[in-house]
Amino acid sequence: MLEIKNLRVQYGAFAALQDVSLSINDGQVVSIVGANGAGKTTLINTISGLLRPVSGQISFDGKDLLQMEGHNIASMGIAQVPEGRKLFSDMTVYENLLMGSYSKHARPQRQKQLEMVYELFPILKARDKQLARTLSGGEQQMLAIGRAVMMCPRLMMFDEPSLGLAPKIVQSIFEVILRLKAAGLTIMLVEQNVRQSLQISDYAYVLETGRVVIQGSGQEVLANEHTRAAYLGI
Amino acid sequence: MKPLLKNSSILLAVILLVALTLPLYAGEYYIHIGVMVLFYAYMAVAWNILGGYAGQHSLGHSLFMGIGAYTSTYLFSVMGITPWLGMWVGGALAGVMGLFVGYLCFRYGLKGPYFALVTIALAEAAVYIATNAEGIGGAQGLSVAWTGNAPEMMQFNGKGGYYYVILVMTVAAIVLSTWIIRRRFGYQLLAVRENEDAAEALGVDTLRVKVQASIISAMLTALGGTFFAQYFTYINPRNVFGEGPSIQILLFAIIGGLGTVWGPVVGALVLVPVAELSRGWLGGSFSGAHILLYGTVMVLVMLFMPNGIVGLYEKIRQRIQNRNEKSEVA
Ligand SMILES: Nc1ncnc2c1ncn2[C@@H]1O[C@H](COP(=O)(O)OP(=O)(O)OP(=O)(O)O)[C@@H](O)[C@H]1O
Ligand SMILES: [Mg+2]
Repeated sequence: MLEIKNLRVQYGAFAALQDVSLSINDGQVVSIVGANGAGKTTLINTISGLLRPVSGQISFDGKDLLQMEGHNIASMGIAQVPEGRKLFSDMTVYENLLMGSYSKHARPQRQKQLEMVYELFPILKARDKQLARTLSGGEQQMLAIGRAVMMCPRLMMFDEPSLGLAPKIVQSIFEVILRLKAAGLTIMLVEQNVRQSLQISDYAYVLETGRVVIQGSGQEVLANEHTRAAYLGI
Repeated sequence: MKPLLKNSSILLAVILLVALTLPLYAGEYYIHIGVMVLFYAYMAVAWNILGGYAGQHSLGHSLFMGIGAYTSTYLFSVMGITPWLGMWVGGALAGVMGLFVGYLCFRYGLKGPYFALVTIALAEAAVYIATNAEGIGGAQGLSVAWTGNAPEMMQFNGKGGYYYVILVMTVAAIVLSTWIIRRRFGYQLLAVRENEDAAEALGVDTLRVKVQASIISAMLTALGGTFFAQYFTYINPRNVFGEGPSIQILLFAIIGGLGTVWGPVVGALVLVPVAELSRGWLGGSFSGAHILLYGTVMVLVMLFMPNGIVGLYEKIRQRIQNRNEKSEVA
């Protein structure tokens, strides 16, 4: 469903991604593994249309995303759960969720998606009138995920959703990702928790200084010597 | 929470009643202060739509005020067209300028201080253009011809008439601003202010909503400019396009509380009387004193109420509410 070819993205003269090609098939969970600064967030923001590549192609269901503006990419069914959550901190939980469903394509589904979010995260329903900035870290992450679910996405990109969270909440976030997959969504996952994310991945890419250096099924990448040494500390 | 809500609607009713009846018992001087409070409240509400809601701090809103003031005054004095009509022509021109400035800046991603600098530069350019344009009075400016007590020409004997004009304008601006913030457009503006990238990724056309806010804000500001010209009956490049009005408008909005419906109104309500009265009391004896006092109030507010007066009120209200909830549980 998502096809990226020879993507090059620069910040000024510095190339954060050089010649990255990857593809994600319908219904898969695909992991992007890489050290700090490897270019993972850059990749996600480029797909979302927040950054413009210097060269390369990105297509989604055969449509050229590079011809579109960021806000139109959202209505193609591409959502991101951004690094650092990026909530609207002075809005309530409920208002943050509504912000996810303002696009033309998500609007008619609002009620249905809202029920889904509240079912995934009952705590959000209990706190619907609370300001986002007064939520705990875990609750904020749930809200960031919930807001993306409100967009009715077909592809959901997670950028380090478990950063800074307690182990128990990390587990529940992994469970939610699996439930979203079961509901038919396609997932792109960037996680510090490399072992666990590879275990649930159908396919994975390892990114180093802006290039794909290893790719394969989750199991293959998990078994790879280099990955084990560099990212799993074995 | 209930009694608090009731209190605030009673408070609102009382304020409205006082506002409506003020000219019936107050002297001219106090009506003048009332006009100034309302005028700056109006201008700050207009500024707040772009500066507060969308978070794009224009430091050159006098550009739009000047366009409104000059357009209606020129049409009135030279062609005899009533300012009631002229104000909409000025509003439309300012709207086009708001579109131009907004598109120019936001299309190229100008933000924060860079946007502010461009707005200052454009307003300053307008001062020079107006100063050198002899057709609109040059450095001398324009006087609004006095046609006697002529409400149809927005001219009144005494200050009461002006007072009611600006009262209606201010109430209308508050209603519009409240309406905007409760709609999808308002939420999109707030989202842009809080996190532009996140808003764009959620499907908000951030460029479009910012430009729209710029147009609305510019148009409203220009209408205020017409009122200013009619009230003072004289305009020149500095006093309408200059940095003075830009900064005053901005200060009332910031001190009252950015991005809230009532912040700009409260800011003007609290500060304009301080400024006007202190000008009267202190101005004569040693000049510049009112600026000092004014500056001191401002620094204090910024230090102790970073979210403005309305922000402080919200904080106290939240505290009381929390305490009540706790005592209910106990
Ligand atoms: N706005 C920017 N301007 C300049 N350089 C940037 C910018 N954003 C990122 N970079 C650089 O691009 C490279 C890739 O950054 P990116 O944020 O994509 O990495 P990442 O893989 O997400 O890292 P992390 O795991 O730390 O989040 C880094 O070297 C970073 O310093
Ligand atoms: Mg990152």
